Amino acid sequence: MAELLAVRGLRVDYATDQGPAQVLDAINLDVGRGEVVGLVGESGCGKTTLARAILGVLPEGAARIRAGEVRFKSVDLLKEDPAVVNDRVRGRAITFIPQDPFTSFSPVFPVGTQIMDLMKWKSPRVPRGRGPAPLVGRYPRARWRDDREAVLEILRAVQIPDPARALRRLPHEFSGGQRQRLMIAMALLPQPDLIIADEPTTALDVTIQAQILRLLRALVKERGVSVLFTTHDLGTAHEICDRVVVMYAGQEMEAAPTDAFFGRPAHPYTRRLLASVPSPGGEIRDIPGEVPSLVSPPPGCRFHPRCDYASVECRDARPQLRTLATGHDVRCHHPVDAPAEVER
Amino acid sequence: MSAAPLLEVADLSRHFPVRNAFGRRVGWLRAVDGVSLTVTAGETLGLVGESGCGKSTLGKTVMGIYAPTGGDIRFAGREIGRLPKRERRAVAKDLQYVYQDPGASLDPRWKVVHSLHEPLKIHTALSRAERDREVRAILAAVGLPDAHLDLYPHELSGGQQRRVGLARILTLRPRLVILDEPTSGLDVSVQASVLKLFRNLQQTFALTYVFISHDLSVVRAMCARIAVMYLGKIVELGPTAAVFEAPRHPYTQSLLAAVPLIGARRISQDFRLEGEPPNPRDIPSGCRFRTRCPLVQARCAAEEPSLRLVDGREVACHFA
Repeated sequence: MAELLAVRGLRVDYATDQGPAQVLDAINLDVGRGEVVGLVGESGCGKTTLARAILGVLPEGAARIRAGEVRFKSVDLLKEDPAVVNDRVRGRAITFIPQDPFTSFSPVFPVGTQIMDLMKWKSPRVPRGRGPAPLVGRYPRARWRDDREAVLEILRAVQIPDPARALRRLPHEFSGGQRQRLMIAMALLPQPDLIIADEPTTALDVTIQAQILRLLRALVKERGVSVLFTTHDLGTAHEICDRVVVMYAGQEMEAAPTDAFFGRPAHPYTRRLLASVPSPGGEIRDIPGEVPSLVSPPPGCRFHPRCDYASVECRDARPQLRTLATGHDVRCHHPVDAPAEVER
Repeated sequence: MSAAPLLEVADLSRHFPVRNAFGRRVGWLRAVDGVSLTVTAGETLGLVGESGCGKSTLGKTVMGIYAPTGGDIRFAGREIGRLPKRERRAVAKDLQYVYQDPGASLDPRWKVVHSLHEPLKIHTALSRAERDREVRAILAAVGLPDAHLDLYPHELSGGQQRRVGLARILTLRPRLVILDEPTSGLDVSVQASVLKLFRNLQQTFALTYVFISHDLSVVRAMCARIAVMYLGKIVELGPTAAVFEAPRHPYTQSLLAAVPLIGARRISQDFRLEGEPPNPRDIPSGCRFRTRCPLVQARCAAEEPSLRLVDGREVACHFA
């Protein structure tokens, strides 16, 4: 698959009271064109930080990028002029679906106002290549009409009933599921190449989640948009992704096509993570120990203190990436070659 | 089930008034509307449903946090729904409610030892030494060393705080514990250790659990029987294995079909449920699920189905 996004050796530190926390430790990540990639891992593993680093919205002052590159369409966004990234990439070529549809709209403006505000600056019909957009300016009438047409069309695509009336309503008049549909619509409107979706269904009930996942997958496949989908729910990742990358304590552990990831996971952490999903038979297996502090993380592979297969070399050096099969990479000195032990 | 039920809920309802801007009542929100169920000593009953279905309200009404609007709650053979305050407090000791994060209910200015002694001071006449022995035993049962007694909550990790919170609930040796979404928001590996802990505690202290959750895979692993709720009513109630293998109510079927399963087919391929639950202030006539039901017929609007025994479980559907 043609490369769209390639993150290489990205290191990000956060300032804390105890010293710098190494939140991302030389992360690599690839997203191909039209591919839905799941970024899974437990809280604090750095998946949201990675998503924010790609978008270029790490909290200023607290976060520090120490090394690495974020190549998007062969351009390193970390070295590119911030004004150009702001104008052409963020919100245009790369858009974002937030986790919480309840706080992402302003409660005091109709959703139509808020969507048209986005379109004023980020519509695909905004003339490009004139440097950064000014902070104030007219919204040409003709373009407004075209943009509004596009908005109504996309609202129909995300199955919002009576789109014209919906635009006049306030956010609280929509249910959580409908608000998330509006968020998906807004992420699609600038006709992006990549959508970063940060746990977009965590706040929803399962039946609504199923509807949203089905809708999102259909829409992005139809339009050939790539998605980087962060989630801590393995079932959701299985549902929507073509490929899954698993992170632990700021390091990526394994990347594999969805079927291989769930069927033949090679990294001991992936295997323990999958096994900790409650099985229908009622067996429950946890991972002994706790997630390490990122201020003083274990040397080498950060999973080694909790790993059943750990040896001296795991402590001494971080494993190199090993390719087991096409698209199936693992960073482990002792990859396991066996089917997953998940009870079906 | 031959043993006498520990908890017996009959036709229980809890309605909340809906008021307009001027404080006038304009309707009722029927959060729990005629629920009957029994819980046998030592078992774990799962209570599942989506947000707004009334599962937490049911738990809190049983617990005595809300007064019931109608119906009976019998605990160990005794009606407790309408007891005077003083007598009700004596029962409170046997019934405990665990919120999503039991660690969050610790007082940040109190050492662990203080938090653990408090319930015993209020509810028992034990001497200081007896209380101390009790507290240490419970702390060991939740897997924490004695040394933690002298720490403040902020000196503990989130998982340890959770254990202390549970220890505090267990100091009174309750008989029935209502767990309200005890694992929501947790990572799977942490969830697994919390579930293991619940199981061990159930054996050690002979607890009976009512396990409220929206996570069906957790309920399936933990509960022998489950009750599925929709808009304030139970739509299906029976042994977990039977309900999961062959759900009979169309809502249960949709709910199970919506759970993304690892290694199974993608649900998006055959998930058919459209729409969202109606507003609980404005419940549809007849069967409450009929506005979203794929099997709906004219009879469903006219006549509300009651629970009847089908295939080893109770189902409230005309066509199950």
